[in-house]
Amino acid sequence: MTPLLELAHVSKTFGGLLRRRRVAAVRDVSFSLSGESPEVFTLLGQSGSGKTTLARMILGLETPTAGSLRLKGQDIAGLRRGAGGRRLLGLVQPIFQNPFEAFNPLRHVDHYLLLTAQRFGGAGEGLAAQAATETALRQVGLSLAEVARRYPHELSGGQLQRLAIARALLAKPKLIVADEPVSMVDASLRMAIVNLFKTLRGRFGISILYITHDLATAYLVSDRIMIMRDGEVVESGPARQVLTHPQHAYSRQLKDAVLVPRFTAAAGDGATTKPEHGPQH
Amino acid sequence: MTATPAADREPKRASAGAPREPVLTVEDLKAYYRTRHFGIEREVRAVDGVSFEVRDNEIYGLAGESSSGKSTLLKAVAAAMRPPLQVVGGTVRMRFLAGAKSLHQASSAELAQLRWRRLSYIMQGSMSALNPVRRVRRSFEDFAARHLGGTGAAFEAKVVAHLELVRLDKGVLDAYPHELSGGMRQRVTIALATLCRPDLVIADEPTTALDVVVQKDVLDMIRDVQRQVGSSLLLVTHDLGVHAYLTDRLAIMYGGRLVEEAPTETLFRSPQHPYSKHLIASLPRIGEEAPKVTLTGGPPNLAEPPPGCRFHPRCPLVMERCRRETPALTRLAPHHRVACFAVGGQA
Amino acid sequence: MLATLRDLMIYNPEFRIGAILLGLVAGMAALSLASPYAPLDTFVVAPDLPPSFAHPFGTTSRGQDVFWQLTFAIRNTLTFGIVVAVLSRLLSLAIGLLAGYKGGWVDRVLMAINDTFIAIPLFPILVLFYFVLRDAMSWAALAIIMALLGWAYDARLIRALALSLKTREFTYTGVFSGMTTRELLVREHLPYVMPIVFATTMNNMNWSIGLEVTLSVLGFTDINSPTVGSMIYWANQHTALVAGVWWWIAFPVILLVALFIGLFLLAVSMNEHIDPRSRLRRMGAEGGA
Repeated sequence: MTPLLELAHVSKTFGGLLRRRRVAAVRDVSFSLSGESPEVFTLLGQSGSGKTTLARMILGLETPTAGSLRLKGQDIAGLRRGAGGRRLLGLVQPIFQNPFEAFNPLRHVDHYLLLTAQRFGGAGEGLAAQAATETALRQVGLSLAEVARRYPHELSGGQLQRLAIARALLAKPKLIVADEPVSMVDASLRMAIVNLFKTLRGRFGISILYITHDLATAYLVSDRIMIMRDGEVVESGPARQVLTHPQHAYSRQLKDAVLVPRFTAAAGDGATTKPEHGPQH
Repeated sequence: MTATPAADREPKRASAGAPREPVLTVEDLKAYYRTRHFGIEREVRAVDGVSFEVRDNEIYGLAGESSSGKSTLLKAVAAAMRPPLQVVGGTVRMRFLAGAKSLHQASSAELAQLRWRRLSYIMQGSMSALNPVRRVRRSFEDFAARHLGGTGAAFEAKVVAHLELVRLDKGVLDAYPHELSGGMRQRVTIALATLCRPDLVIADEPTTALDVVVQKDVLDMIRDVQRQVGSSLLLVTHDLGVHAYLTDRLAIMYGGRLVEEAPTETLFRSPQHPYSKHLIASLPRIGEEAPKVTLTGGPPNLAEPPPGCRFHPRCPLVMERCRRETPALTRLAPHHRVACFAVGGQA
Repeated sequence: MLATLRDLMIYNPEFRIGAILLGLVAGMAALSLASPYAPLDTFVVAPDLPPSFAHPFGTTSRGQDVFWQLTFAIRNTLTFGIVVAVLSRLLSLAIGLLAGYKGGWVDRVLMAINDTFIAIPLFPILVLFYFVLRDAMSWAALAIIMALLGWAYDARLIRALALSLKTREFTYTGVFSGMTTRELLVREHLPYVMPIVFATTMNNMNWSIGLEVTLSVLGFTDINSPTVGSMIYWANQHTALVAGVWWWIAFPVILLVALFIGLFLLAVSMNEHIDPRSRLRRMGAEGGA
């Protein structure tokens, strides 16, 4: 079966003839996501690692300088151009880092969802679109009553990010590209959203490309992981394995940099002792 | 594990002689934003009755998420308030401010004396402390020369000696900020803030914008410098991992009030307030399974906060009393304060 | 909308004054419908009479009542200004938004045209048109020519704004929700662009009216239909100031100045109000913790 997403030797260089410096943001990256079973695939890297550029290429917002990107066997750049890019938009949807910027501050947040339901979800105008929107919102733990006719600033970062996920869901994509989706969300609301990715994979069969710099959430939610630095792939493989027993020096450096509380008896193995009186609910 | 119960153990460093008075004492501080646009008055009660103290030679952490009020609290403590933000009650007293008056009552001349010599800051974006069109040396001169007795060879010697604490070479002085990496810039900021050996350093999200690897480096540096210089540090960040790594005592803020305060280890091992419990439980850790988290809703709207306890709409232990009355921060154990009717043992 | 205007009247002194001035001018224009004299008639009253109860603004050397002439004059001038402003706004919006959002060769071509128009020296061109067209230079022709010359500067402003809006994340959200370019520009971006459009409308009116008056005073327009400029032209032809007939020039000028100041004050005060940032502040989005 054709892979859902296939990257072969993809590179992206910014700058060139007339600019001062050439920046190789992505260098010779290859990986593929299976078309048969959905998975959560994590791109782990710090700033400057090229992960965001890679995400933008997959979303069709940038074109690669070399190599090919294919969604379900079709070239992404081609999908972007043809038929108003609709076929691409129906296959892959984004979730952005900043939940407060993802929606127009001057407009109600629900209009994006209704529109997506109409344009991609196959729902007509009016009630069908509303019903589809309500369903999608319930999947992420919200309801239309909560968000209808609200402005972005009236909702929390966590709620907005869940809204973004609901909107992406409404387009019925095969792949969701989430670029640092929880880094600007409060810690107390983060896990609920990250856990949603597992639901998307399990219940809806959607693959998630999870891009982050945070090892802990990556550990909890990923199936496979790819660690990037300076545009190159440093290590990749099954997530639990790579994160508990990293092979490459840089991966080890990342793991060692995870903060361990000062009051832990055994430091260095990444685990912390459990609280004596743990949370009761 | 230790023999003494965690709740009774007070973190203390070996300090010669009698313990000095607290560096910072905040009492029942209330700071609101009052705006009036086209006849509509709004009052955002960002800090609504906060009391705590930062002791000598300690690292005190303040944790809170969005709408907790910690940024406003920081402005009040740093004497950086501008309208429409105003202090409407309570005091912010510092050990070194003569006359036992509150910081916001001090004159600008007094504040100028205080700044950098007694009270300094480490800010989130390191670029905001360093003038981008001047060499780093100039920033040192601008900030510290006045307190250390003018520029010149003696001053430079002091600066270079201090830079060694943060493991920076003197060549850094001749560089422009943009020529240094983010981590190096933040180290420069740490050196700048501690050069005059102030009584209190306020750090506002000092490592939030940094890479994971660089972050650990910078935090280690902050800890080492604090040990050597002896300033107290008020660390404000939403990242509980950083608090667990660095702080002696920790307070958690929600909806403009403190909900719990304890020595860091105590707070992490046995949090009492439902919000603290949830916060600490939601810290993901490598090697553990995903925590089951069930907190719904969002942070309170500080312009129209819920009556009674600000957390009650989301609290799993909510009682009728919580909707009407506000729990005070009461002492559960000698060093552990909690603001909760269900836990605090307030009859 | 009405609530906004009411708030502005009560709380914003600049808006109040601007609105009053503009109200006066518009009132004058409306009065033209009640004029007892036809605008083009001459020698209907005794000439050169100073302001009196019967003739509040005096009479001209051509035997016209200054007051009633002025009502027609200001009506024509105002209409002219509005027509030019509207036409050129439409042009700058369309071109600016399209160039900014589309980018690429579309942007390059449009901006090349834009810069050409900016570089054109307006006044000599207008005079040239007059000499070429002569009697065919009607007000409609002049309005169209000026609209075509007046869009370029503001199109660049709008394009700059469109460029910054293009990279904001909510634009991408819109794209991935299936919005067409037209929908994006009109529904998502326009609210941000409106403050600029509004401010530039006022400026544009001041500019076009100023230019029209200049041309008329020099006699380069159809000086028979009354406008503020043509009144001054005729006054100069009859050497009004030397002859002591100061009221023929003074009152048109005063009214013109009132119009300019009124437009300017309105632009400045409303701009502050429509600006998205201040709107957000009023909605309560800022003032955080």
